[in-house]
Amino acid sequence: MTTLDSSKEIQKNNSEVKETHEDFRMFGLITFLIADGMTFAGFFAAYLTYKAVNPLPDGAIYELELPIPTLNTILLLVSSATFHKAGKALLKDNNSDSQKWLFITAFLGIIFLICQLFEYFHLPFGLTDNLFASTFYALTGFHGLHVTLGTLMILIIAWQSRINGGRLTSQNMFPLEAVELYWHFVDGIWVILFIILYLL
Amino acid sequence: MTISIDPQKTNNESLQPKGWLRYFSFSLDHKVIGIQYLVCGFLFYLIGGTLASAIRIELASPMSDFMPRDVYNQVLTLHGTIMIFLWIVPVVNGAFGNYLIPFYVGARDMAFPRLNAVAFWLIPPSGLMLVASYFVEGAAQAGWTAYPPLSITTPQSGQIIWILSVLLLGGSSIFGGINFIATIIKLRRPGLKLMQLPMYCWAMLGTSLLVVLSTPVLAGTLILLSFDIIANTGFFNPVLGGNVVVYQHLFWFYSHPAVYIMVLPAFGLVSEILPVHARKPLFGYTTMVFSIMGIVVLGLVVWAHHMFTSGTPPWMRLFFTIATAFIAVPTGIKFFNWVATLWGGKISINSAMLFSCGFIINFVFGGITGVALAQVPFDIHVHDTYFVVAHFHYIVYGGTVFIIFSSIYHWFPKVTGKMLSEKLGILHFIITFIGFNLCFAPQHWLGLNGMPRRVAEYDPQFQFVNQISSLGALLMAISTIPFLINVFLSLRDGIVAGDNPWNALTPEWLTSSPPPVENWEGEAPLVEEPYGYGKQFSEGK
Repeated sequence: MTTLDSSKEIQKNNSEVKETHEDFRMFGLITFLIADGMTFAGFFAAYLTYKAVNPLPDGAIYELELPIPTLNTILLLVSSATFHKAGKALLKDNNSDSQKWLFITAFLGIIFLICQLFEYFHLPFGLTDNLFASTFYALTGFHGLHVTLGTLMILIIAWQSRINGGRLTSQNMFPLEAVELYWHFVDGIWVILFIILYLL
Repeated sequence: MTISIDPQKTNNESLQPKGWLRYFSFSLDHKVIGIQYLVCGFLFYLIGGTLASAIRIELASPMSDFMPRDVYNQVLTLHGTIMIFLWIVPVVNGAFGNYLIPFYVGARDMAFPRLNAVAFWLIPPSGLMLVASYFVEGAAQAGWTAYPPLSITTPQSGQIIWILSVLLLGGSSIFGGINFIATIIKLRRPGLKLMQLPMYCWAMLGTSLLVVLSTPVLAGTLILLSFDIIANTGFFNPVLGGNVVVYQHLFWFYSHPAVYIMVLPAFGLVSEILPVHARKPLFGYTTMVFSIMGIVVLGLVVWAHHMFTSGTPPWMRLFFTIATAFIAVPTGIKFFNWVATLWGGKISINSAMLFSCGFIINFVFGGITGVALAQVPFDIHVHDTYFVVAHFHYIVYGGTVFIIFSSIYHWFPKVTGKMLSEKLGILHFIITFIGFNLCFAPQHWLGLNGMPRRVAEYDPQFQFVNQISSLGALLMAISTIPFLINVFLSLRDGIVAGDNPWNALTPEWLTSSPPPVENWEGEAPLVEEPYGYGKQFSEGK
């Protein structure tokens, strides 16, 4: 009987005490991004190995034009900056500014995707033409998938940072910070991809 | 920033199903999830074991007479995939990790309970999908390695379902890994230092690092492979200018660490079990920690020793031989530490202890053949023969599965509150140990004499030894019966265990059996010396 009573008492005490712990969601996200980065690392390793040991057959077309990807690089770098602005604005409780910058970021992401599609349609090679073409589409496609998801998430948090009834406030920055980190990660991957795939 | 937990919100016990029903729910309780992993894994173990029996029945005679050759290929592919991805990896990581790690770090649950439940619930559908692929035009036939061009030329639907299933299981594994890293690094009870954690936490930290770093590479590789199969690209297809060796590199970049993903947690579990039943502190705690981390680092740079016959250039052979030989050092340190833990201890001969000792014996044998296989001249001779089959079964069955059974005998009283019967347990051990060695030891001889693996037919001169091996497999199948009887009888009318039947010092024994929903009534105890057995003895407790 006594043990039962004491356990009830502890439960009662428990329900009055609010327990706290450190926020480690960002830590989990960073771990996930390391894992995601390893997927890209695998793709890059495969691409570089192919480049080193698998010569393309004579007459294979593998030229890439630089203007569109360069524009895309600039678009993504600028979008990283605009995202940062959105975070700063939210920190100052300026939700409408934050929302504005988020929409600009999402817009830049969409422009990136449109440019990417435009490039796809104007390239002289298709997915199965040769090994370079397949690797090119796999790498940029997988990255484009990341940009698409990122853009969708930006639109979601832009909706959530609306003034009336939005969940995002300077007290609840996590969704914005998480998507921002993800977006910077995707940008960083693009820079590596741009160097390896287009410049090298 | 901190998160406040509102008990009103988290203690919604009334909303959760009660009793056995909660094991079929999307429960967030790490203990429920651990049991879900264990039981689900064991059911797949029974399926995989049935497939193994089918393989051994086929191999009891030199001709392909028990099943058609392509069915044999499907059976061995499913056997390998199920045993690795649905039995050993989920159980030794997911089941014991989820059950024990929150106790060991002094937490009420894992860091991300919802992610944890998602990680588990990815497993049953992908497992069922894999098994069901047999009924859709036949399952995958390319073995668990799915090497192209074999995986590209065999029937497509089975291979695609295989890829999809392994991708989902890999995702589950990554989510679990993220959760373990966050729990061990971030969720430790205040005052609990990393170097005070029980060894299983270190093993799971190392394992999870390997999972997070290597599984995504497998995922990427399998995506490329699926393009080769369905979109007619040529990444790994030499006919279209691709390169099969690239697949092998990427695949083994995951699948060699996968060996450590399967065996490092077992190292951790045996380090928990031996001190308790030998009544001695774990020998060489610090060296254990460093050798786990050494294995993690080395484990990431030895993958090409699986590919010595794949046209590997000499410098690569040299590097990977040396790196692989180096792994013997930390592994040897751990082995000597376990023996030193037993040395002079007050050893109880019970099922948990017997299975752990069986593990040490089998694992040393598998380790020695592993060092032998790392040597290029020897490996070229026995590559793709039954010697390799014997070697890795000594590691994953003789090593990890023995520890899974040892752990079940050790923690069953904590999980259920009932003791398992020691008589049946010892019977289980004897049949398993004899059956296992009878099954796999002769395969070394078969391999050295040139019997290739993964083929349904063989030279009639090998028939007698193969029949001995099949007899061993029969014993292994029989050994499951006393175990199952034991579990069911003990669950129904086993002796009530009490909170701490082994007088152990690790934190999970300091709460009631079975533990309450949030692990402790009141604050979690601070266990600074999980292996302080000598101290306890000298203080006369």
